[in-house]
Amino acid sequence: MWILAALSLVIAADRPVRVAIPAGRFAPLFGLDTGQRDFAVSAFAIDARLVSNAEFAAFLRARPDLGKGRISSALADECYLSHWEGATLPPGSSAAPVVSVSWFAAQAYCEWRGARLPSTLEWEYVAAASETDRDASRDPAFVARILGWYSRPTGKDLPGESHRNVYGVYDLHQRVWEWTLDFNGAFNTADNRQDGDKIAGMFCGGGAIGSARREDYAAFMRYALRGSLSARSTLASLGFRCAASTTETR
Amino acid sequence: MKTSLSLMTTLAMMLACAPAFAAAELPLEKATLTEPPNVPPPITRTSAAKVLVELEVIEKVGQLADGVDYVFWTYGGTVPGRFIRVREGDTVEFWLMNHQNNKLPHNIDLHAVTGPGGGAASTFTAPGHKTRFTFKALNPGLYIYHCATAPVGMHIANGMYGLIYVQPTTPLPKVDREYYVVQGDFYTEGDFGAKGGQAFSMKRAIDENPSYVVFNGSAGSLTGDRALKGKVGETVRLFIGNGGPNLVSSFHVIGEIFDKVFTEGGSRPQENVQTTIVPAGGSAIVEYKLDTDGTYILVDHSIFRTFNKGSLGMMKVEGGQNKDVYSGKELDESYLGDESVASAVLPNRPAAAVAKAPTAKPDAAAGKSLYMANCSMCHQQNGEGIPGAFPPLAASDFLNNIANKNRLDLVATVLKGRTGKITVNGKEYNGVMTPVSGLGDADLATLLTYVSNQWGNKAPAFSKDEIKKLRDAVMTAAPAAPSPPH
Ligand code: HEC
Ligand SMILES: [Cu+2]
Repeated sequence: MWILAALSLVIAADRPVRVAIPAGRFAPLFGLDTGQRDFAVSAFAIDARLVSNAEFAAFLRARPDLGKGRISSALADECYLSHWEGATLPPGSSAAPVVSVSWFAAQAYCEWRGARLPSTLEWEYVAAASETDRDASRDPAFVARILGWYSRPTGKDLPGESHRNVYGVYDLHQRVWEWTLDFNGAFNTADNRQDGDKIAGMFCGGGAIGSARREDYAAFMRYALRGSLSARSTLASLGFRCAASTTETR
Repeated sequence: MKTSLSLMTTLAMMLACAPAFAAAELPLEKATLTEPPNVPPPITRTSAAKVLVELEVIEKVGQLADGVDYVFWTYGGTVPGRFIRVREGDTVEFWLMNHQNNKLPHNIDLHAVTGPGGGAASTFTAPGHKTRFTFKALNPGLYIYHCATAPVGMHIANGMYGLIYVQPTTPLPKVDREYYVVQGDFYTEGDFGAKGGQAFSMKRAIDENPSYVVFNGSAGSLTGDRALKGKVGETVRLFIGNGGPNLVSSFHVIGEIFDKVFTEGGSRPQENVQTTIVPAGGSAIVEYKLDTDGTYILVDHSIFRTFNKGSLGMMKVEGGQNKDVYSGKELDESYLGDESVASAVLPNRPAAAVAKAPTAKPDAAAGKSLYMANCSMCHQQNGEGIPGAFPPLAASDFLNNIANKNRLDLVATVLKGRTGKITVNGKEYNGVMTPVSGLGDADLATLLTYVSNQWGNKAPAFSKDEIKKLRDAVMTAAPAAPSPPH
């Protein structure tokens, strides 16, 4: 017991769980009305790191109904946790970000921790920060580096904790995609493809209409990816982290 | 449009009284899909069928040129993607599978589809998923298909395009050979020929300044052993596409006249055409008869792309020279014009007589690969050159001379380019060789040792240190290659 307690203390000290993000204003790629310049973002807190396999396994011990092979097919597709061997983690993967989890499972995890998934606006707001700048979304070098992820063959991704941004949040780019609370706008668990016009915005020239930064290809890809998902989808390259409104945590 | 209009009205009538797509009664068949440069065999059916097409999206590393790796996004693992052939009036059940190791969602817009987005919205597919939609092939012709997921330009620039041919109910006459060739422009961080893994450059793409313009997804996809083949007397039909994303192609085959061109992939042929425009996101069907043997070069006649960016393919035709059609060189003698030039005698000595210096033990494999990536598109695979355009390096008296007596000039030729009149093995050339960049000292030493000891050439090996010295000398000497006399 003593050893365990000491160990968890070290982990806690070594891994600040959640980072406070100050309020601000932000122009996401999509969603602004004509004439609108940006949105106000309230202060919130977000996990410094992606949720790991080990953390998710601990959660499943509390929620066996969401375990691999147990979860309802309404809540996750067939590839849920497909990288796990049965209910156990593949060796050496405990610290790696958990992937192949559905939106339902990710959100349930965050709720279990007294939090929620970050909204798309919050996520994009934090992810616009480089090592030195709070909004680097117009910095060509920053955008090019993120785009580099797509030029890297699948499976040859960076090791963990490669990039820590100015807020102290790690690996928002170049590791895995991340779930957001409102990943496809008004999500009703159903097939997102019914929302024809919104999705049409992701195709062809349509993608450029109404977007705030036509050259932010990395953001286009994130919005396209989110648009292709439904809440039960799982992808081998899609993980998550949790967030909480600052008032909620108090 | 006339035919399709009447088709539409009959279709509308059918729809009014029967459930959508009275397709269940059609015979079902699975489409044969082929990799470039092959085309599925002509459809011999005389009535409509329901055709099942399954296309898988694969993101994978491939070669943009020898030694140049690139992460391609593909339909079926190749660029262009699989060739699809259906018949006018067929009902096509289309499946798009997005492999689960892929990072991105993808979809497909087939220009052969009548309906919003050409299928794009119906096939928007996350990694590890598959989608399906059905369409009726109303209009015959040759159509591009491509990915239309945002940012669409990047999906196309990474190789997401191919051709679908809707064979007319009255098919085109049978030919001996059909081939599939699609041009595309590529945008890499490094310049043409820069080795290793190359990432997509958004800046180059937006500036419409490609580092590569190639046929069938890589420089060299249709050269050497992979050249298209034919025999004298045969008829050939090329299904040509242009994926773009940016450039319009001036498609031309050096030494051929197209007997027929179905411009833009449409229904009516133009005859006797030298060069045909293939728009980005468009196509052309060209036909010609092989009248005499030789190597015919496929190019984008916006010619710097061919010389410097890779848009060069070959068709090798065997079966004997037809002297009636083409004689070959009948005469080559001196021409003095009205002023007598001092030396009227054009020397044509065999190269081996030039150099007697101890020769190197070249690192042949590495040298060859460097040669293939940097020089072969102009000087050809075995240094034979192209008469009238690119001088030979094989048994070249010019090369042997400078490789032995003026090594600085050889290094300068590569690093600064060369222009102005020169005589190689008795033939005059007055072209432009553009500088070849991106070669380090060690690579350049290997490359020059290779070319000056191949194909009957002989000269001492170049060392890395020697190259370094010569490079410094070349770079500090002010003017570039000698400029042409005015
Ligand atoms: C873009 C086409 C192109 C490329 C690529 C190219 N060359 Fe050339 N090269 C030419 C042309 C054209 C000439 C003739 C220039 C003139 O007329 O002055 C030439 C001339 C030469 C000559 C002198 C003439 C002879 O045949 O001996 C040498 C040597 C030579 N090139 C070597 C190379 C080497 C080595 C490379 C690869 C590093 C290379 N070239 C790449 C087009 C090219
Ligand atoms: Cu795509």
